[in-house]
Amino acid sequence: MKSAVIVFPASNRDRDSADVLEKVTGTKPYMVWHGETEVPDVDLIVLPGGFSYGDYLRCGAMASQSRIMRDVIAKADKGVAVLGICNGFQILTESRLLPGALMRNAGLKFVSKPVPVEVEETQSMFTRRYRQKQRVVYPVAHGEGNYFADDETLNRLEGEGRVVFRYASGENPNGSARDIAGVLNEKRNVMGLMPHPECACDPMLGPPDGLGLFEGLVEALS
Amino acid sequence: MTAITPEIVREHGLSPDEYSRIMRLLNRAPNLVELGIFSVMWSEHCSYKSTRVHLRKLPTKGGIVIQGPGENAGVIDIGDGDACIFKMESHNHPSFIEPYQGAATGVGGIMRDVFTMGARPIAMMNALRFGEPSHEKTRHLVSGVVSGIGGYGNCMGVPTVGGEVNFHRSYNGNILVNAMCVGLARTDRIFLSAAKGAGNPVVYIGSKTGRDGIHGATMASAEFNEDSEEKRPTVQVGDPFTEKLLLEACLELMATDAIIAIQDMGAAGLTSSSAEMADKGGSGIELDLDHVPQRETNMTAYDMMLSESQERMLAVLKPGREEEAEAIFKKWELDFAVIGITTDTKRLVVKHKGEIVADMPVTSLSDEAPLYERPYERRTPARLAQPRIDSTRPVLDSLRTLLASPDLCSRRWVWEQYDNSVMADTIQMPGGDAAVVRVHGTNKALAITTDVTPRYCKADPFEGAKQAVAEAWRNLTAVGATPLAVTDNLNFGNPERPETMGEIVGAIDGIGDACRALSFPVVSGNCSLYNETNGEPILPTPAIGGVGLIKDVARMATIAFKRAGDTILLIGDTEGHLGQSLYLREIETREEGAAPPVDLAAEKRNGDFVRRLIEQGRVDTVHDISDGGLIVAVAEMAMPGGIGADLSPNERGDIPFLFGEDQARYLIAAPPAEAERIMADAAKAAVPGFRLGRTGGADLILAPDKRAAVRRLREAHESWFPRYMEAGPR
Repeated sequence: MKSAVIVFPASNRDRDSADVLEKVTGTKPYMVWHGETEVPDVDLIVLPGGFSYGDYLRCGAMASQSRIMRDVIAKADKGVAVLGICNGFQILTESRLLPGALMRNAGLKFVSKPVPVEVEETQSMFTRRYRQKQRVVYPVAHGEGNYFADDETLNRLEGEGRVVFRYASGENPNGSARDIAGVLNEKRNVMGLMPHPECACDPMLGPPDGLGLFEGLVEALS
Repeated sequence: MTAITPEIVREHGLSPDEYSRIMRLLNRAPNLVELGIFSVMWSEHCSYKSTRVHLRKLPTKGGIVIQGPGENAGVIDIGDGDACIFKMESHNHPSFIEPYQGAATGVGGIMRDVFTMGARPIAMMNALRFGEPSHEKTRHLVSGVVSGIGGYGNCMGVPTVGGEVNFHRSYNGNILVNAMCVGLARTDRIFLSAAKGAGNPVVYIGSKTGRDGIHGATMASAEFNEDSEEKRPTVQVGDPFTEKLLLEACLELMATDAIIAIQDMGAAGLTSSSAEMADKGGSGIELDLDHVPQRETNMTAYDMMLSESQERMLAVLKPGREEEAEAIFKKWELDFAVIGITTDTKRLVVKHKGEIVADMPVTSLSDEAPLYERPYERRTPARLAQPRIDSTRPVLDSLRTLLASPDLCSRRWVWEQYDNSVMADTIQMPGGDAAVVRVHGTNKALAITTDVTPRYCKADPFEGAKQAVAEAWRNLTAVGATPLAVTDNLNFGNPERPETMGEIVGAIDGIGDACRALSFPVVSGNCSLYNETNGEPILPTPAIGGVGLIKDVARMATIAFKRAGDTILLIGDTEGHLGQSLYLREIETREEGAAPPVDLAAEKRNGDFVRRLIEQGRVDTVHDISDGGLIVAVAEMAMPGGIGADLSPNERGDIPFLFGEDQARYLIAAPPAEAERIMADAAKAAVPGFRLGRTGGADLILAPDKRAAVRRLREAHESWFPRYMEAGPR
């Protein structure tokens, strides 16, 4: 599996994503600068966590207008797998590759802690290694992770099996609608989530619950 | 040109004597720009004029020290060609005036000190002191400082891994925000600030210069009064996004060999960076301010030389390397400008609009700056070790009260606002004795802690400062790290008062003694004086930031009980010292008595013994005993995993034994057979060991009829902070 990590100014979990990709694929991913016009021919594109362009406007809004995103959108439309984590998820909603929006956390504060999350949907290349309702623990670290969409959209997402991750009952850290932590696009090749599976892949840091996501992708895309 | 009147001199914080000294050094009266330059360079904040003679007494050398005090940060060797670069610095005055920006730019400033030396920052810590919780400003200040630290550090993508938060009325009008940054570099890729050689281009990189922060250093060198709010315009505004770009761009430039010297523009901005670089390089610098990137129009030379706009660096390049460097900064969309040249005149010369606006010998700003041996009085330390207490108070109620008290309760509310998982190397999160951060891609790790117990320092500055060093050393030891070196952040009141100066001298002596005895050299530091409002000084607060090395992360200890049935051992002597204890303050509501004495030989003996057990893989559960004493430490080990402890078999259960704050002590939990071997080894090593009890169950049991559910203790421990913060307006 070949992969690429897009690097925006002030991306800061780009290295964390790249390390895990190298570990599971055996190959270093391409690190693609935001000013480039084209992502190399890869099987997976990762939009990493961070504060792209400082996030001084709405989170992800500036990044969604960057030059490289035109090609990311084009490749996503052609079916290339795209994974947006945290700031990457925000960029995906701002780019309209995923429905909904990520608002300020309900508690109005940045939240950084390990959070139990349940796998809602295993019929996806991102979660095929997990069991239905499997409980995993990923760290979250965000100030704007409060997922919002209108009821019609939420009903549709749930009806179509596109809610992939949900915060475990009573563990919602940000007020997200229906405890949603991660969603898929209609074609199921684009996923965004707020928690950080890439920071849960090393037994020294805690249970390596995030590995399943990346190993599943390798299995699906190789 | 403005005539310099005594009034103007006073407004610049210079004494009449200091002004005469300037006249003598220049052989003429200074103009306003020059006066401004002298005022910041001779301020306490930049010149250390009250403390320098005493700071010289600190041990700053040792086998592992690559760079001691005097550079932007200290550098130590951690083996395999890796260097650890670290420093702690205060941003107290600005944080009181404008908590969010004050704290944020404090974080940004200390990060620049570390990455300007070639290191990638890998961890942030902080030591925060606020006024009493009931004070009208406290909640607002806590909220602003914590979100400011998070706002800056989180965007930078550097994990904030721990720190201290304490409350005391002496900080009501003068909070302390001390931030520490730890970075990693290769030992052969360390960048210094000495601008050696003449004819080399001086380049400006980073953000544009505005009018913010003018005279920040001077403000930080004066006391506060009711009008301090009016000083808000002297507080800088932080832009972590630009700093993140600056970090990446600097590291990219540093991968080339184009740099001769580099230094961040911190306090006193362009003035101090250019003067200090020329001074260290034994050269001169000529600046042309017309080339300085400016954010505002019509800026004067005075504005530009004194601005403390953030996220800026000054570098001296090898001639001919400007284009290569500029390309890197253009890629990162940062300003880059050649604004001057090094000379062999040993003068700082500043030009603006074709005229020379300042011209002075570089040494007049450094070696020739005033140096004071201020008069000091060493108070007789408080003697009373055992204040009178009501020995009939139920101890478990007292324990619950202490665990839920502002100074001992869980700081989860604070640290959950700091990104501590980014970089995927944080092995021990906040809440333990020391944070542990792995050296990326290796099996070794750095342990980091910040410590000081100001109430001890008030009672006895010398013993209190010794204790701060000892506790940092102990906290590193308790996770299994070999303590390597420290950075200090000396926060005190007005040094012109003999009694405050006495505290400073006593504390520096105490730090020196402890660091020498524990082979724990001081490699960097910062002094923050004049921390007082309306004549009320803060408690003396010499914060110590310690760094240690864990050679193999598989051999490490944490505080949480891990198994039922482990034997709990107490290492170290317990006399039951209640003077200045939290028990006395929180339960008996009295702040009195002597600080606990620190026996440095016992510290070393007991600590070395405990560390060896961890290194040998015999022990994985260790906690040092500090605030609140032994029973609080047991509770802190029980709460994380919800595993209780039965201490009823041991015969001591009196208040001094349970709550005394004797030093040089640790708690260990190990399976019974191993515990017996440890007791035998302790006896051989002349280390006091004591069987305290056994882990298991869901309760903390002191006697058959004295028990408390760990779950309830945890609820009490966790509830104070969020409840307090949510209770009122912010």
